[in-house]
Amino acid sequence: MIQVENLYKELGSKPVLKGLSFEVNDGETFVVIGKSGSGKSVLLKHLIGLLKADSGKVMIDGENIGALSFKELQRVRQKIGMVFQSGALFDSMSVGENIALALRSKEEFTKWEIKEKVKEALEIVDLAEAADLMPSELSGGMKKRAGFARAIALDPQYMLYDEPTTGLDPVMTDMINRLMLKFKQQKEITSVIVTHELRIVHDVADRVLLLNEGEVAFNGLPAEIEKSEDPVVRQFMTGDSTLAIGEKI
Amino acid sequence: MFRVIFYPIRGVIQFFEGIGRYFLLQLMLFRSLTSWRLNLINTIDQMMLIGARSIPIIILTSLFSGMVTAVQSAYQFSSFIPSYYVGSVVGESVLLELAPMITGLVLTGRVGATITAEIGTMRVTEQIDALESLSFDPVGYLILPRVLAGTIMFPFLIIIADFFGVFGGWVSAHAQMNVSMFEFIKGFKQWFTPWDAWFGLIKAVTFGFAITSIACYHGYYTKGGAQGVGKATTITVVVSCVTIVFLDYVLAALFL
Repeated sequence: MIQVENLYKELGSKPVLKGLSFEVNDGETFVVIGKSGSGKSVLLKHLIGLLKADSGKVMIDGENIGALSFKELQRVRQKIGMVFQSGALFDSMSVGENIALALRSKEEFTKWEIKEKVKEALEIVDLAEAADLMPSELSGGMKKRAGFARAIALDPQYMLYDEPTTGLDPVMTDMINRLMLKFKQQKEITSVIVTHELRIVHDVADRVLLLNEGEVAFNGLPAEIEKSEDPVVRQFMTGDSTLAIGEKI
Repeated sequence: MFRVIFYPIRGVIQFFEGIGRYFLLQLMLFRSLTSWRLNLINTIDQMMLIGARSIPIIILTSLFSGMVTAVQSAYQFSSFIPSYYVGSVVGESVLLELAPMITGLVLTGRVGATITAEIGTMRVTEQIDALESLSFDPVGYLILPRVLAGTIMFPFLIIIADFFGVFGGWVSAHAQMNVSMFEFIKGFKQWFTPWDAWFGLIKAVTFGFAITSIACYHGYYTKGGAQGVGKATTITVVVSCVTIVFLDYVLAALFL
């Protein structure tokens, strides 16, 4: 279970997260939506300890990751897989080596097991033929799927997705959504997905949180957000920039 | 008005913040020394990149710096000083100053800039975040091999630079003043003490550590996109050059 309690973060002198609190239950797919610059990616980086909160707590299975030592944090991170917006593949290694490196971090697999797991992970994301390709030779969608394969190869208990479908065509977006559903159904993974695409809310979300300027504007079921009369929620859901809230053009 | 007053103050604060962050990174680096075995292959790769592949440019620069020292000595000696003293001047200049200094400055451009660009690009494309998310220690995985490789390989490069610098000096002395190899070596031995060579190696280790650790620091804390990487690379070259000149003076004042 992931618990976030009263999380505050400033970057430079700008407050980005202003006292966020929420919980993600085991097995749940939790989608965080919000406008660009609302603090979604910053929030996600707190969940895996890439950023430290100014105050507040992030608890993973009851452990406050902000208070852990470096070694303890590494242990907790082994439960978590993260898919980055750009894929974040290591560009000096082939796709297969990227996944193998992730597996070597666990130090419990033999060379043969690593080879098998790389193959298996690439088959799941339909990239079996791309093992020897370099990241520079991949399309945007392939990079994202390779990033998925790298994260899923470690059999994580939690998956964090940062804008998994941004910049992809509708068919590829559908494919990525199906992959996320597959992970959830087959591996019972708890997922946190950061996005501004409503299609993900409709297709894969169990629960939705809307972030607005670093604060929770909505936290509830996908069906509830559709019916919400809150102006901030309405504006985001309709994508209508003329609605009279916040700044005007 | 306030902005004009606070601008230099903010600059001074940022300077000391930077120094503090650099030393914190060095602490993390020493902590990661325990994982050197895990990163041994990476370290050997970096030794090849930093050391072996720098040999051609080191040979070229040291050869010419030795040659120009001989030419200038010959010009200044004219007919008053015996010509074999060119060997003394070239030997002392190359071993004590030219080989470590020229090698350090050349490698700031070749090695320092490359390291910052590599690590900086990894930072802005979230590859370092990805490493951390996979439970790797990015300092142990990225910085330790580069700093170790630099610190170990620089002395070897300086030895090569010493040899070719002195050799270049003799070639030039022979061509300009018709100094034979026997005379040149006689002059070389005149003022030579083994400490001169050891001092060059002390400089090499210091410069190797300084160049690679400064380059890693600027790469690791790169911000922004391609422009940020470019800026970090430029800062690395400038800061490393100034640091080398400063360390050169400090080491000379301490050991000579």
